[in-house]
Amino acid sequence: MGAGHAHALYQHGHSTVHRMGPEAKLAAGFASVVAIATTPREAVWAFALHAAVLAAVVTAAELPPRFVLRRLAIVLPFVAFAFTIPFVAGGEEVTVLGVGLSRDGLWGTWNVLAKAVLGASVSIVVAGTTEEARIFKGLERLRVPVAITLIATFMLRYLTLIADELRRTRVAMRARGYAPRWLWEARPVASAAGAVFVRSYERGERVHAAMLARGFTGTMPELDTRTATRADWLRGATVAGVVAATALAAAVTT
Amino acid sequence: MRALAVAAHGLVFSYPDGHRALDGFDLEVSAGERVALLGPNGAGKTTFALHLNGIHVAEAGTVAIGDLRVAEPDLAEVRRRVGLVFQHADDQLFMPSVREDVAFGPANLGLRGGELDGRVERALVAVGAADVADRAPHHLSGGEKRRVALATVLAMEPDVLVLDEPTSGLDPAGRRELVEVLRSLAQTQIVITHDLPFALELCERAVIVDHGRVVAEGATAAVLGDAELLRAHRLELPYGFDPAVASRGR
Amino acid sequence: MHAPDGFLNAGTAVATGAISAGAIGVGLRQAREQLADRQVPLAGISAAFIFAAQMFNFPVAAGTTGHLLGGALAAILLGPAVGSVVVAVVVIVQALLFADGGVSALGYNVLNMAVVTAFGGYAVFRGLLRLLPRTATGVVFASGIAAGVSVVLSATAFSLEWLFGATFPVPFDTVFGAMVGVHLLIGIGEGVLTGLTVGAVLAARPDLVAGVHDLDRVALRDRASIGMRGFLLAGALVALLLATVVSQFAAPAPDGLERVAEDTGIAEVARDHALADAPFADYATHGLRNESLSLAVAGTAGVVITLAVGAGLVAAVRRGRGRGRASEGEHEHGPARAGVG
Ligand SMILES: Nc1ncnc2c1ncn2[C@@H]1O[C@H](COP(=O)(O)OP(=O)(O)O)[C@@H](O)[C@H]1O
Ligand SMILES: [Mg+2]
Repeated sequence: MGAGHAHALYQHGHSTVHRMGPEAKLAAGFASVVAIATTPREAVWAFALHAAVLAAVVTAAELPPRFVLRRLAIVLPFVAFAFTIPFVAGGEEVTVLGVGLSRDGLWGTWNVLAKAVLGASVSIVVAGTTEEARIFKGLERLRVPVAITLIATFMLRYLTLIADELRRTRVAMRARGYAPRWLWEARPVASAAGAVFVRSYERGERVHAAMLARGFTGTMPELDTRTATRADWLRGATVAGVVAATALAAAVTT
Repeated sequence: MRALAVAAHGLVFSYPDGHRALDGFDLEVSAGERVALLGPNGAGKTTFALHLNGIHVAEAGTVAIGDLRVAEPDLAEVRRRVGLVFQHADDQLFMPSVREDVAFGPANLGLRGGELDGRVERALVAVGAADVADRAPHHLSGGEKRRVALATVLAMEPDVLVLDEPTSGLDPAGRRELVEVLRSLAQTQIVITHDLPFALELCERAVIVDHGRVVAEGATAAVLGDAELLRAHRLELPYGFDPAVASRGR
Repeated sequence: MHAPDGFLNAGTAVATGAISAGAIGVGLRQAREQLADRQVPLAGISAAFIFAAQMFNFPVAAGTTGHLLGGALAAILLGPAVGSVVVAVVVIVQALLFADGGVSALGYNVLNMAVVTAFGGYAVFRGLLRLLPRTATGVVFASGIAAGVSVVLSATAFSLEWLFGATFPVPFDTVFGAMVGVHLLIGIGEGVLTGLTVGAVLAARPDLVAGVHDLDRVALRDRASIGMRGFLLAGALVALLLATVVSQFAAPAPDGLERVAEDTGIAEVARDHALADAPFADYATHGLRNESLSLAVAGTAGVVITLAVGAGLVAAVRRGRGRGRASEGEHEHGPARAGVG
């Protein structure tokens, strides 16, 4: 949460990965994440392979590595948390630099770190190469209920507007000397949130009126007809296949 | 006399909280005419506009667009004929890209493929916004948003355009571009505005609305020349603006 | 609490995914009934509001800040059905687009952050409204406490999932104690902010608070002039109460509770089946200080959450039906009604 959300999600480009149909890209991403999440933690080599495949995809997508790394900051809280595991975990102990740590706990740290970073990277690559609206179009084609994808589309459309509104209210409060430090000074914040909710809801009603005015009858017209090609599916299946095969091999050998 | 494009008679409407926003509202507009709706905040202008395509339904009175009553079963056709441009462009532009937003209305009419693309293209060209077709609406400037909002209704090829405070929040250049676009359009236009010079520039006739009904009407220059009338309804000309002089220049 | 990929084992991810999908499916159906073709813009923009509210900091102590989670707030303002859908969409988008929370972890993240908070929080809210005066003050307090409790329920749900899906050796006791302890504190902030926000909406547009759709509007007109101190005191009391209960459970075998567990036979059952062939993760049961008691606690917590979420689901479904009838009635009254939606 927080700062991470402020960065641009989408990196404009024309790479093979950018041009892939969103449904193929999402399906491949989802399959890869599941494979990564189920890879046994002891198979360190498998995670190295996963990372290599991801790096190859990042290169093919012409995404600046700095972009991926900066957005990975979102997993930092869990990284910090992961490093506490060996201290609280039980089981057999090993001594590292004179400190007794749980062996299983150390594996736990590695497990959380590797999967959080790799899993987040997959999301970052998908979101970084697919316009927001097309992501939801892709989800819809993957049989996610239309209501969910449409609500998500509208949410992103109005997110910056509403966040800005909240921010402006906050600035206006500060301009009049409001500098709260304690929870019991929070009432003005809540009033502002309440007011912004009312305004948002009323905007929802106006948007609905604007939709009706242009002939909306409850279903959105299908406008984006660029579907994934056979080649797109093949590309997706190749990447996901390598990741899944790695995970499978790791499971068999450990 | 030309055929009536809009005929509203005796409209009465209350919001769910009981507030009576329209109270015997009458207005007739001839085909091809441009009428300014003036009046203080809360007079009921926006509420009236929402009756023109059946988004609000009056408790009493009737609205007709051409030969159609604004009611089922003709609501879909009425909504095609009446293009409503909302006061806040952000309420009107909800699709991910300008092109999709302009296509939303005609697509709801069932248009697809080349025909749809043609409509979108023509509407964007008409408002001078063809260059922003692939941008996201929320990244546009205020003036661009307003013109794209206009394009979204032009794409439905309406007979009547209703614009709710179209110049609010525009810079002078954006306002100038909007005047030019509107003057180039053949549709019947109902323009709700507080911008009296804008009304004078665009509309031959002006109507003053207050307390949910029409309280005065006449040639725009005459209405704006009646200082007493304006004051009674909280309307003010910009400092130093003389409607008699300005309309002579037209 | 946006857990990353692989934080719980695959079985737990799949099971929670199925539960979440079921609950959100019910939410979706009821939301459609409630909002009809207004669903997309209204739920979409409300989701944007909840998302934005989560980025909005409020003061906690000595200049440190926290932020809203918003599950109970969404349910109280929008009703449990729309509220749960809205928060679920927020969580899904955060995982997919913002890489905040794992995509393969969506099952438990949606369950904990959307389903449990919205349905559970709503059930607590409506339950409290039966006890508290049905005035603005009562609604504000009920919202605040429900929101605080919803956060604790969410933390408890995570601990229970840990019992089944742990991936490293920290026993259930420890996770439960730590999660609930921390979230009791977070819950105070969530409760205060939610209560006051609902109060602000109630003052401006009481018709927009879906959670009180059936209350008398006139009675809600009392200007909720709740002293901040009273509110914090109430929050602290509830937290203290919960903390006492929890610490009793989590303490290494407090006699009283042990006895209760023995008497009611929960301990017996728990001991018999205990770890032998239970689907619990070894990691979560290994090193439990008192197996039977811990399992009794887990069982009780599981029942409480299931009841709360179940009650919320029932309320959502019943509400949807009531609404359907109400709006038909309104149409009969004719043209007084605004809008066609
Ligand atoms: N959704 C609503 N609910 C209740 N009252 C409303 C609503 N919208 C407008 N009103 C009230 O109806 C009256 C007319 O509003 P409106 O038509 O927006 O005025 P105008 O556009 O002339 O400024 C005002 O008093 C306003 O407060
Ligand atoms: Mg208005």
